[in-house]
Amino acid sequence: MSLLLFDVLLCGLLLALALASVLSRQLSHAVILYIAFGLLMALTWARLAAPDLALAEAAIGAGLTGALCFTALARQGKLAASPTLSWQQRCWPALFVLVTLFGLLLLVLQLPAKPGPLPALVMQQLAASGVSHPVTAVLLNFRSWDTLLELLVLLLALLGTLQVAPAPVYQSSWVLSRSWSQLLAPLIIVLAGYLLWAGAHQPGGAFQAGALLAAGAVVLKLNHQLNWLAWRNIWVRFFAIAGLTVFVAAVLTAWLLSGALAEPVWLRWPPELAKYIILLIEIFATLAIAITLTLLVVAEQPATPLSLARQEDDEAADG
Amino acid sequence: MVEFSSSLNLFLATAATLVAIGVYGFIVGPEPLRRIVALNIISAGIFMLMVVLAYRSAGPDAVSTLADPVLHALVLTGLVVAVSATAFALALLARLGKTTADRPEEPGP
Repeated sequence: MSLLLFDVLLCGLLLALALASVLSRQLSHAVILYIAFGLLMALTWARLAAPDLALAEAAIGAGLTGALCFTALARQGKLAASPTLSWQQRCWPALFVLVTLFGLLLLVLQLPAKPGPLPALVMQQLAASGVSHPVTAVLLNFRSWDTLLELLVLLLALLGTLQVAPAPVYQSSWVLSRSWSQLLAPLIIVLAGYLLWAGAHQPGGAFQAGALLAAGAVVLKLNHQLNWLAWRNIWVRFFAIAGLTVFVAAVLTAWLLSGALAEPVWLRWPPELAKYIILLIEIFATLAIAITLTLLVVAEQPATPLSLARQEDDEAADG
Repeated sequence: MVEFSSSLNLFLATAATLVAIGVYGFIVGPEPLRRIVALNIISAGIFMLMVVLAYRSAGPDAVSTLADPVLHALVLTGLVVAVSATAFALALLARLGKTTADRPEEPGP
């Protein structure tokens, strides 16, 4: 009964925060409410027996998205109250959404309470995957295609962001926050290393470790530390791309190795080597995810002749 | 048993309502930044639906005590993709703001 009470409170708070974020008068309030919403989502994942997601959400949903939205707020300049909408502008969408919600509820509550065949299948094959944590096994062995494409999506988002992002808004940092972030940095590196290693047999892994490292690096970057961590640094570029290239190289190597034995299959690890391949991919994926997420949040355009900011400066100099 | 299924239904209903709230914010929200936040609320609702479906297999009458790892892996990938898409959208938004601020009332050619 007490658990049900907790669930009701949690769901009520989630809905209230989401609604308040959508309806609030000021944009800054919407963003702050959304960050609180992200924190509660992490709690919800923990409640729903998904510790992997709780770890990732705590770093991504509450940390990185918050930093992203605040940067966007800072770029908007002075904050005005949102324009008030007439009741017609509010009522018709509300009616539409209510009808949709009704249909959605009807559908969702009809879903069968029995699980599908996949969990049992994963448990059955887990011994051959090279790791003992099922989520890591799915991510990097059974469905590694997803992870490969995800690294590609991250890289594409980074390239796109580097193309269009305007110059960052520089603000002076606070002495106390600078020294605190320096204290936190070694702790975050140790924790991320632990998460990466623990991912083989308990909740953790490349995504969580990468997100945590990125959150720490963003805090340091906002305090004007880690000046080498920028796209102009050749090593940063190398490691941002290395996640994808090491993955593809591992896939090709495994393909060639298994090709000599039997029918070669794309993205299938030889069982005796799976553990080492997964560890290698995870290390590089962690670094790539950390660097990419950091650069996405504190995006600054590289000063190449092709970048938009440089072209504008040249135009200003000419005119 | 009764408690388990009522919790499950509660979370399912919350997930559906979160999607609805997000859609409403996406349609109504006057500023683009608020629309991006509303899109993130929609994605939170969808992820929650998937995690609740994964949680079914951890129930008292299920085979294993672990939640469905396939859905967890999908949501984990989704979280990272969602934050990178949000970052790209916000960069586009910043560019848009800068472009409109540079030329306030210039008539088109």
